[in-house]
Amino acid sequence: MSETRDMIVKPIFANNPIALQILGVCSALAVTSNLKTAMVMTLAVMVVTAFSNMFVSMMRNHMPSSIRIICQMTIIASLVIVVDQVLKAVAYDTSKQLSVFVGLIITNCIVMGRAEAFAMKNPPIPSFLDGLGNGLGYGAVLLFVGFIRELFGAGSLFGIEILPLVTNDGWYMSNGLLLLPPSAFFIIGLMIWLMRTFDTSQVEAPDFVIAKNSQKEAF
Amino acid sequence: MAAKNDTIGRTITVTVLLCVVCSVIVSAAAVLLKPQQLINKELDRQSNILAAAQIDYKGQDVQQLFADKIVTKYVDLKTGKYVDKPATYRDAKRAAKDPSLSTALTREQDIASIKRTADVMPVYLVSKGEQLEKVILPVHGYGLWSTLYGFLALEGDLNTVVGFGFYSHGETPGLGGEVDNPKWKALWPGKKVYAEGSMEPKLGLVKVAVVPGTPGSEFKVDALSGATITSNGVTKLVHFWMGKNGYATYLTSLKAGES
Repeated sequence: MSETRDMIVKPIFANNPIALQILGVCSALAVTSNLKTAMVMTLAVMVVTAFSNMFVSMMRNHMPSSIRIICQMTIIASLVIVVDQVLKAVAYDTSKQLSVFVGLIITNCIVMGRAEAFAMKNPPIPSFLDGLGNGLGYGAVLLFVGFIRELFGAGSLFGIEILPLVTNDGWYMSNGLLLLPPSAFFIIGLMIWLMRTFDTSQVEAPDFVIAKNSQKEAF
Repeated sequence: MAAKNDTIGRTITVTVLLCVVCSVIVSAAAVLLKPQQLINKELDRQSNILAAAQIDYKGQDVQQLFADKIVTKYVDLKTGKYVDKPATYRDAKRAAKDPSLSTALTREQDIASIKRTADVMPVYLVSKGEQLEKVILPVHGYGLWSTLYGFLALEGDLNTVVGFGFYSHGETPGLGGEVDNPKWKALWPGKKVYAEGSMEPKLGLVKVAVVPGTPGSEFKVDALSGATITSNGVTKLVHFWMGKNGYATYLTSLKAGES
């Protein structure tokens, strides 16, 4: 039982796909300018990683190794299209905002990465849970970044005004940089720093050590 | 993982089976969800038209309200006369791409960077009895990153703006994306498109804060700060669609009561 829990909980902090595995950063920049899109994206990615992991794992013993990547892609792409169609039918406004990024879940490294690294070697149910956990881990980062970006960039959370903006006769001067995708780089970077300060086991050993300067003068 | 999986026959079988299963799932989802998606799209379009016309639709049945209040007609932009809906016409976005339904613009004409215009455009009319109250005109043009699609609603005098709003664009959130800001949209109502006796559109965005009541302020709207290119795009699209390649001919003949 605790193993099952580990599978879901571990990717959220200890083995976070974005912060530690550095996967899927690209889409994390694009969809985090407000919490609502971040939330829907989280759900969409969770569904896709969980089910793609499950289906890939179900097929793992029948997949010819020469075409395994393309088989995984086919499964992932089909799932993403289904998710996109469902979103268009039930949450039209949000799907309009997410526009192309739902389709781009196909290229999200987390989905591919987990299918190749975990689902190809493990049975369906653990794979499903692993996918769910990694989707959650991705979502946790998305929501964290989205929270900061929306609160300080637009003065609101989930579209509800928290800090009244100067443009709306309030007092808060919003930080426009936070609404632009590059700001997520800074936030994710700071977050990784913070996480590694608390959990030093996440710090990788340096690939090489810079040699001490043996020369006394520049020339 | 075993070697038996790697024979050519096995590879082909797996590929074919996987493709068939996946395509069945994908097409099933697409077909089953299509009706709901079309309803959503139509509702979105209708609520945007109502919003441009400043008709409050919150908490009401949008379809019913739209059917009650709004009459859709089709206008030939060149002659300015009402025509029947062309048989192959589906929506303005598609018509502008279809060579049989649209005309290419020359570089000088194409101030809104839209390359082609549809020959026939839908217009939405709100009438009170015999009296024409509002005309809602679909407009679009290029901003910084994307084409902005919106509706511009005019009063019965065909000059005063009732409302203006975009329903689809991909401008920078917080900068150009502020075209969606209700505060900015609230600047539009009451502005005039044309000067007296002219059909050359004057309305546009300016960088200097507009002081209401000063001469010419009725033709000026505050531009969006930090979004010069989007603001220019909005000015250009207003000029294009209100100009002679846009709705000017139609509005002239409507004013003369000929349409």
